[in-house]
Amino acid sequence: MAEAAESPGDPATASPKPLFAGLSDISISQDIPVEGEITIPMRSRIREFDSSTLNESVHNTIMRDLKAVGKKFMHVLYPRKSNTLLRDWDLWGPLILCVTLALMLQQGSADNEKDGGPQFAEVFVIIWFGAVTITLNSKLLGGNISFFQSLCVLGYCILPLTVAMLVCRLVLLADSGPINFMVRLFVVIVMFAWSVIASTAFLADSQPPNRKALAVYPVFLFYFVISWMILTFTPK
Amino acid sequence: MTSRRAAQAQKPLATRAETASEFEEATNLLAETPDAATTSRTDQLTPQGHVAVAVGLGAEDEVEENDKTSLLQEEKQQPGFWTFDYYQSFFDVDTSQVLDRIKGSLLPRPGHNFVRHHLRNRPDLYGPFWICATLAFVLAITGNLTLVLAQRKDPSIHYSPQFHKVTVAGITIYCYAWLVPLALWGFLRWRKGVRERMGPYTFLETVCVYGYSLFVFIPTVVLWLIPVPWLQWLFGALALALSASGLVFTLWPVVREDTRLVAAVLLSAVVLLHALLAVGCKFYFFQPLPLEHIAPPPQAISLSPNTLLASTSPRTMVT
Repeated sequence: MAEAAESPGDPATASPKPLFAGLSDISISQDIPVEGEITIPMRSRIREFDSSTLNESVHNTIMRDLKAVGKKFMHVLYPRKSNTLLRDWDLWGPLILCVTLALMLQQGSADNEKDGGPQFAEVFVIIWFGAVTITLNSKLLGGNISFFQSLCVLGYCILPLTVAMLVCRLVLLADSGPINFMVRLFVVIVMFAWSVIASTAFLADSQPPNRKALAVYPVFLFYFVISWMILTFTPK
Repeated sequence: MTSRRAAQAQKPLATRAETASEFEEATNLLAETPDAATTSRTDQLTPQGHVAVAVGLGAEDEVEENDKTSLLQEEKQQPGFWTFDYYQSFFDVDTSQVLDRIKGSLLPRPGHNFVRHHLRNRPDLYGPFWICATLAFVLAITGNLTLVLAQRKDPSIHYSPQFHKVTVAGITIYCYAWLVPLALWGFLRWRKGVRERMGPYTFLETVCVYGYSLFVFIPTVVLWLIPVPWLQWLFGALALALSASGLVFTLWPVVREDTRLVAAVLLSAVVLLHALLAVGCKFYFFQPLPLEHIAPPPQAISLSPNTLLASTSPRTMVT
């Protein structure tokens, strides 16, 4: 609140005026109120949006995430050149699939525990560490896909093999024999091919062309090992 | 004066800043006196990193010098081992290069040194890592498949997935392919003083040689599914011969300057370890089934042969 000193109104003096002398004529006196409301209209709108997802029911939240996961499942089952899996990646789908597969594959304690199939932890470790290793491999080879995008794709592409596991368990309810084995073998081979093709469709484009085979081979090995675990599943 | 300056420019690349300024001096001098002919001197060379400035007349040599400077400066800038780029430099291979290296390991020739000829001093980690992973899984899977085939013949044998063998296979193969090259590299470095002509291989090159030499076992293990014993031993011997000879031909130039005793001991130790790995894998994963059944018995007595077999064979394998 600068109260400028008023220059003596003396037009008779011919003294040279300093620079910006006219500024001292302006006086901010107290009779002009400097007050008001500083409102940013955007801010209230953002507040509204935040509270809308906070206040929504749990059912809405869960359904929104489930629908996103379901949409990605559809993209895996009908692999097209689309970016949905890569753009909005999430790891819920892979977690659901991995836990389902591990639960179905685990063997209870057999007569000789060492000789049984994979335990829950072994399946879990193979799937997640396998996916991490493949992702690191693809990044080290110079691929331009992000870490979690690649994990997301590899996890979602286990869906055909989970379906194969379900089918195998149903088939095994019938009496075992060579036809039983042939049916299971056929289903597992078809689903294995589907998994590899689906994940290759998403992942191969991110590699430089002269290294595509180097990046795809570990994916092939990964799904081959999972298929082997599914095929050799024998119930008690 | 020009010869003294040129001699100054031949100092080792100990400090980049100094040599860069010396190159600048040399180029400036050459710019001033373009007719000067400087020759490289060999009396001030140190064995490690000497710079032989053999410059002639003309301006294009200055460009060459600047290029050489920038190239040498680039080579010096190695990223630290905690950065991602450091490891990315070990995966700098193309599909064709990996296939070429695999072919080189399958067909060893006496004159051909794997490291110089195929790796060309650019080792990669892709080959060793994924060949070991493939071999571990193939071992476990084909071992299990032999159990399936045996069950076909003898229906009383109880089939089980035997998943623990995957863990055992993985640990064995990876330990062999990484610890044995470490020991070999350490030993060769220790004996470095005896050799004049050829320096030892770097650790990564040794790992590469071992990793690629294990590739020949992958088709061999698949062929071991054929249940004819003498054929299995034939395939095993063939694979061992190919693999071990690859290793020996690669190590021979390095070891040849050493004393005869050390060379013989080293090479025979390498071949012996390789043979132990092959035989151990054959016995552990492709167990000749005992005459008694591996069926789930009600009593605990018939568990003992199975557990006995499973407990003694890892001992023969883990040397």
